[in-house]
Amino acid sequence: MSDETRWQDARALRDRVVGGEVSAEDLVGSFLDRIEREGERLGALLHVDRDGALAQARRVDGRRAAGEVLGPLAGVPVAVKDNLCTRGVPTTCGSRILEGYRPPYDAHVVERLREADAVVVAKTNLDELAMGSSNESSAFGPAKNPWSLDRVPGGSSGGSAAAVAAGLTPVALGSDTGGSVRQPASFCGVTAIKPTYGRVSRWGLVAFASSLDQVGPIARSVRDAASVLGVIAGRDERDATSADRPVDDYAAACERGPAGMRVGVVREALGAGADPEVIAAVGASIEALRALGCEVVDVDLPHAKHAVSVYYLVANAEASSNLARLDGVRYGLRVDAEDVETMTARTRARGFGPEVKRRIMLGTYALSAGYYDAFYLKAQKVRTLIRSDYDRAFERCDLVLTPTSPTAAFALGERVDDPLSMYLADVFTLPPSLAGLCAISTPCGFTRAGLPIGLQLAAPPFEEARLVRAAAAYQDATAWHERHPA
Amino acid sequence: MSARTRISVEEVRHVARLARIEIAEGELEGYRAQLDAILGYMAELDRIDVAGVEPTYHAVAIRAPLRDDRVRPSLPRDEVLAAAPQVEDGGFAVPRVLDT
Amino acid sequence: MASATRWEPVIGLEVHAQLLSRSKLFCGCSAAYGAAPNTNVCPVCLGLPGALPAPNGGAVELAIRAGLALGCTVQLESRFARKNYFYPDMAKGYQISQYELPLDTDGAIEIDVDGVTRRVGIERVHLEEDAAKNLHGSGGGRTTVVDFNRAGVPLVEIVSRPDMRSAAETEAYLRKIREILMFAGVNDGNLEEGSFRCDANVSLRPVGDERLGTRTELKNINSFRFVRMAIESEIVRQEAVLAGGGAVVQETRGWNEASGTTVAMRTKEEAHDYRYFPDPDLPPLVVSEARVSAVREALPELPDARRARWQRELGLTAYDAQVLSSHPRVADYFDAAATALVSAWGEGAKPDAGKKAANFVQSEILGDVSIDGLEARFPVPAEGVAELLGLVRDGTINSKMAKDVLARMRASGRSARAVVDEGGLAQVTDAAEIERVVREVVEASPKQVDQYRAGQTKVLGYFVGQVMKATKGTANPQIVNELLRKVLS
Repeated sequence: MSDETRWQDARALRDRVVGGEVSAEDLVGSFLDRIEREGERLGALLHVDRDGALAQARRVDGRRAAGEVLGPLAGVPVAVKDNLCTRGVPTTCGSRILEGYRPPYDAHVVERLREADAVVVAKTNLDELAMGSSNESSAFGPAKNPWSLDRVPGGSSGGSAAAVAAGLTPVALGSDTGGSVRQPASFCGVTAIKPTYGRVSRWGLVAFASSLDQVGPIARSVRDAASVLGVIAGRDERDATSADRPVDDYAAACERGPAGMRVGVVREALGAGADPEVIAAVGASIEALRALGCEVVDVDLPHAKHAVSVYYLVANAEASSNLARLDGVRYGLRVDAEDVETMTARTRARGFGPEVKRRIMLGTYALSAGYYDAFYLKAQKVRTLIRSDYDRAFERCDLVLTPTSPTAAFALGERVDDPLSMYLADVFTLPPSLAGLCAISTPCGFTRAGLPIGLQLAAPPFEEARLVRAAAAYQDATAWHERHPA
Repeated sequence: MSARTRISVEEVRHVARLARIEIAEGELEGYRAQLDAILGYMAELDRIDVAGVEPTYHAVAIRAPLRDDRVRPSLPRDEVLAAAPQVEDGGFAVPRVLDT
Repeated sequence: MASATRWEPVIGLEVHAQLLSRSKLFCGCSAAYGAAPNTNVCPVCLGLPGALPAPNGGAVELAIRAGLALGCTVQLESRFARKNYFYPDMAKGYQISQYELPLDTDGAIEIDVDGVTRRVGIERVHLEEDAAKNLHGSGGGRTTVVDFNRAGVPLVEIVSRPDMRSAAETEAYLRKIREILMFAGVNDGNLEEGSFRCDANVSLRPVGDERLGTRTELKNINSFRFVRMAIESEIVRQEAVLAGGGAVVQETRGWNEASGTTVAMRTKEEAHDYRYFPDPDLPPLVVSEARVSAVREALPELPDARRARWQRELGLTAYDAQVLSSHPRVADYFDAAATALVSAWGEGAKPDAGKKAANFVQSEILGDVSIDGLEARFPVPAEGVAELLGLVRDGTINSKMAKDVLARMRASGRSARAVVDEGGLAQVTDAAEIERVVREVVEASPKQVDQYRAGQTKVLGYFVGQVMKATKGTANPQIVNELLRKVLS
């Protein structure tokens, strides 16, 4: 099969499979061939499951032959971030400590994809254990930005965003703790949704920060992202934080149009810190939304500027505990020693990279005796203030608009030695995460150097329909999302 | 908190022990300096008044759903032990345990 | 002043009791004891990456019941917290427990020691998961093998206030807690299998002092006897340290059976920084007032209340009440037998029925009861005992025959009435029939007749025995006596 499928969206591919125009096996095979030709150069994929993917594709073809009704993602190849468990298929989280680990079970979202007749073709690269904003902390080398191979794809779901941007798969799953689907989508010129905390089950998502982690779709259009979200969202009794609320019809919401919606613009976010090219592109997007019938109002989030401090305390405190299970006892790496304590300490010393160690130590410190109140508890209280800011803002508007990232993709190696500057790159994606909101990133322009710029819209909990309603109309009007890297 | 040094080498050593990560003596100062810079930035939180503010442990207000007390199938033991670095007598073998 | 300081021991107890749920606290694996290693395990209790806890409503209900049985207030909102420490038996590197907001708070129980009743406060009862089990591996102690079957089994930790003042009080408290939990049906009280275990905090202070002294924690004491011995020995040790002008060191100590003393255990200094924080995987545990009320309504009658009722209504002695409440199923059995008797004999016969049932159950039944955890197997059903005692009361059989009937009931599984009918064991009360036998016996024993008539009236017993033998024990002994006297005189 030729390259014609490369830039087709998931819904079109599905229609071709359902209509019998192409078999799922042939379709998936053509994507696998492309992945084999181009995957290495990009570093976006850590493992390609050719046999498993073709077997699933044949199952879909068999179901079609038997006259069964096929699912909403029938035959669609999907890449899945490597911190989502796939039964019998390596799940490394980009870390030496889990090198070669094959889980005995599937993540909830992977089950949902299969039930929708999608085909998981590969596991994508990420910052080690999802800790990072550039993909450079992956133990297996960084993924690269398809728009410029000397640039980072963003992180931590950099491999997923790069794969979708490069046309290796039409859609992918990532995970977002403080911006990890939105920021790489912004850097790679694709669309990503960070669902409301509790909207998608975390069962089988290797935890970074449990109170923030969410699985989210990455796609080349809002409509594709919405249809994947519709598949993965919903209650799962294995995750006690999974919300027991009905799932909206996101596909229908995409067609509703944004007329009458009130868009709150955080003026402060467009002032200090952000790159002028980013500010200009986002400014133009505000006008585009106004032209689509949105009302634009100013909103103020006075505590959002503390989000970096709050986030890195809360997320790393949780991470220090979540990652304690990586102890060399039951799975993963083990560095031998005379006694179990030294074994675990050496296993973790060799298994974790410097960024993960730094974060575990910071989180341990924030929870330790004498510092808990000053750091962890204080951060959780300031988090309440950030939430309250949004509560007030949403009394005046339906969506809160900011850039996704203050800059376009930065150069590989540029920030590795300065963790704090890396953390500050998340300044716009962190506040909605801390408040448990849903948010979307959509392409809204390009820098003069040809790098994508992203626009972030955030909505109150469980209002994902609002996000896709506005963003789909915006994409129809602007078509930034239709550009592809050379 | 002091305005200058926020974390000492001794504290880094202690935290690394708590986190059970072996850190070579020569690496301690590097970690100390990085953590110190990060904690220095975070000191901005000191200025925020949070009197009477409740912490947000869960961003979305939910309660723990309770599952029925029903036994479900466990994993086959072979599958469980397949990932283990060392297996002995149907269990996960580890080097001897020092403390009690 | 040379007078030696007198020291008062202050003791508090932490009891860990396994809840009798079918599945584990946060996953659907079986909580049963004794399976082959690592067969009751899943991603959750093995702490695999990506696994999440889903709380077990049955275990929560049992923990509410435990709290109510111990006189606690059930908190309508409580919270799970993580207790962080590395140990190979701790799959996730943390234990899910409750810290700041436990489920049950502020209870108390009463204990009796040497006839004095004392109240011991209970600070809190919280839910937590058990750890895995470390087994000794091969290679001369170079390896340890971990079995995760027990990992995640639900426990309640019951923390007393430091209200006990002697080893005897502590033992009484521990026995009482075990009894209450067993009667409430939440724990099987098995110390050997470790489903009921305790740690003790022991300190001394000068008599009259309000402040607490430095305490030591005695770990892993797995029998009532050891609890008493370990605490007695620790009190003596601390007294000696203090009398010598020394200071007690806050530390963890274990009981050494061989030496009969407590010994300091090696622990890491940083192990005490558990970095508790609310578990982000688990939203607050919310229980409704209605649910708590329902559990309270369904709470089985607790042992103290039962014993008081038996003494008050059934006229039992304190001793009998104690023996009959040695196990919840024994108590149920006695209650069922007594209730059946009362309903057959009428309310007015209550004390008589109670005493008869108490005596019979103690003398004829308890020796043949086999107990396994909270279960017990009895030789005959409680209703059978009532039926049997009814047959004695209405004269169908005599009390000597009752033992024989019981043995036949047990062997055949048939009712008392059926056994009596089929064996022709009913008492003969027909005077003419008995007189015929009496005359036969008298005629066949001229020597004894002479002795009797010569004034040796105690040979009457011989005649009674012969008559009973001839009637296979069925003759009414009273009628036999009367007729013998008449015929012999």
